[in-house]
Amino acid sequence: MWEQIRSNRRKSVFLVLCIAALLLFLGLVIGEAWQPGAGLLGVAVALVLWTVLSLTAYFRGGDILLAVSGAKEITHDDHPRLFNVVEEMKIAAALPKMPKVYLIDDMAMNAFATGRSPDDAAVAVTAGLLGRLNRDELQGVVAHEMSHILNRDVLLMSMVGVTLGALVMISQVFLRSLYFGGSSRRYRSSRANGGQALILVVAIVGAILAPILAQLIYFAVSRRREYLADANAAVLTRYPEGLASALEKLSVDTQVLARANRATAPMYIVNPLRKANEARTGLTSTHPPIEERVRVLRTIIGSVSYQQYEAAWRTTRGNRGSIMPASALASDQANPIRQAMAPETQQTPRQQVREAGDLLRKVNQFLFLPCACGLRIKLPPDFKKPQIECPRCHRLLTAPVAQMVAAGAVAQAVAGRPEQPVPAQPLAITRSGTGWMSFKCPCGTTQNIAPSFAGNQIACSHCGRKIQIRRA
Amino acid sequence: MSGLAAVVVLLAIGIILVLWLIGIYNSLIRLRNQVKNAWSQIDVQLKRRHDLIPNLVDTAKGYMQHERGTLEAVTKARNQAAAASGVGEQAKAERNLSQALGNFFVVVENYPDLKASQNFLQVQEELTSTENKIGFARQAYNDQAMALNNRIQMFPSNLVAGMFNFTAAEFFEIEAPAEREVPKVSFN
Repeated sequence: MWEQIRSNRRKSVFLVLCIAALLLFLGLVIGEAWQPGAGLLGVAVALVLWTVLSLTAYFRGGDILLAVSGAKEITHDDHPRLFNVVEEMKIAAALPKMPKVYLIDDMAMNAFATGRSPDDAAVAVTAGLLGRLNRDELQGVVAHEMSHILNRDVLLMSMVGVTLGALVMISQVFLRSLYFGGSSRRYRSSRANGGQALILVVAIVGAILAPILAQLIYFAVSRRREYLADANAAVLTRYPEGLASALEKLSVDTQVLARANRATAPMYIVNPLRKANEARTGLTSTHPPIEERVRVLRTIIGSVSYQQYEAAWRTTRGNRGSIMPASALASDQANPIRQAMAPETQQTPRQQVREAGDLLRKVNQFLFLPCACGLRIKLPPDFKKPQIECPRCHRLLTAPVAQMVAAGAVAQAVAGRPEQPVPAQPLAITRSGTGWMSFKCPCGTTQNIAPSFAGNQIACSHCGRKIQIRRA
Repeated sequence: MSGLAAVVVLLAIGIILVLWLIGIYNSLIRLRNQVKNAWSQIDVQLKRRHDLIPNLVDTAKGYMQHERGTLEAVTKARNQAAAASGVGEQAKAERNLSQALGNFFVVVENYPDLKASQNFLQVQEELTSTENKIGFARQAYNDQAMALNNRIQMFPSNLVAGMFNFTAAEFFEIEAPAEREVPKVSFN
């Protein structure tokens, strides 16, 4: 595994340099076509654009991806199981440092990894994924992401991605200027001699073909990397069924990840932009079809290794091609598949989803107030009232105001709402009759008591002031 | 003139040879360090298991008033394992600890309140995960050891390895299945 990673890195650098060379060549040709002798200027423009984009992707890429997807960092205490599974895989992959763990506030099932090197990596999973996978499946998904980190796929894909972006930008600017300014003096001067006209034709053809070519390379590389990460995950966990079963659950998930776009799609474990029941197998998809990935993983029997994965892939596809890098196959050993983990808790899927929801609220700074009847009341960070009535047993509970203020300070700063004064004295109202009754709270709002109301206290719906209800 | 050219060519070959030797030597060193690091990971996780057991016993104490013997056996086994030195003694102590833990988790089945307690679930999650981590640390160690041994035995790196006395790393095998095995605790 370790030899293969170093060899991969050399190939990745070569690939990026190839596409960059294509970019610079396009710059040269377009420059020449624009004005004879301006070829070097074109190269310079392409080089500057590429450098700026690459540096941004290299140093800020991970943060940008996490911010765009709306991920929040969590700690061990927020979700011990997820954190432990990541740590287990970190140990299995012998990463030098524990990756950061992020939760994406979305009930669709997906996951991705970021980080330009294993020292500076992060794993992000959605709440939906956490809610619906068991431990083995979660382990498979995390191992897949860990493999992306280990193989530096994130860095490779973002570098290829920005180079591709620069190519598209330059060719678009050129083609549009040609279209809109086609009769301008600059391009017309090119009619002067045949050589110049030829360069113009080369530039046009290049501007049309180069981005398409680069994109096809990009998609092909992305798909190969997904297969490699799957194989790597099977080797790390020694349990291909975990990932297979997770992928199966992911494939039937119909929810669409809200905050994914075409630029971030290759980073996810399954294509977040796929439509339900749509088998995208073409040249232009970033991921291999999930069903095929599942079948390949399930075809592995007996022992798990890259060679086994390659054999399983051939059986599934019915061809004799090769999908694993030669270096992975060379330094390989067969490892026995382990047993499935005992289910540690009998959690129903409903409980798991609820747990994931609670985790989201915790990350979003909700406070939990346990009631004596067993209900846990979730208080949003901007909750201001000193007391709250339990919706199930109608007990009045005291809200932990000091904690709320500390937790809500951030939320309040964002919302910019002024602090409301905490009422001092409880007000007493004498209830007449058993029907509806209205009265005015000192804050000016009208409060209604329903005929079914049986308590002895209510809280004003506006200011939260506690009002005692005496029976007549 | 041709003599000068020959000298230059020989010098170039010499430099390339030295660079190549340095490259192989460095890769051997890197692999050996990775093996050492992987070995220390196993110890870290074994120690973590020892640290978790007092928590487990404390949590269970309140619910299991009548099972003092079981709890004391776990604590005793844990202390012996923590104090053990030497591979053989350690293996024996870890095996006893596994047995004691096994008994403990059988008894836990009779205490549904304990099984449902939040604290117990937390400790149980940590213990499960620590056992997984021990397994994965062992796996990573064996992978690294394999890579190093391949390098040491294969041509041409075996020449460099022989020159600098690199020795093959031992695999972490479990000869007798019970030996040094982490407790197989089933939580259901």
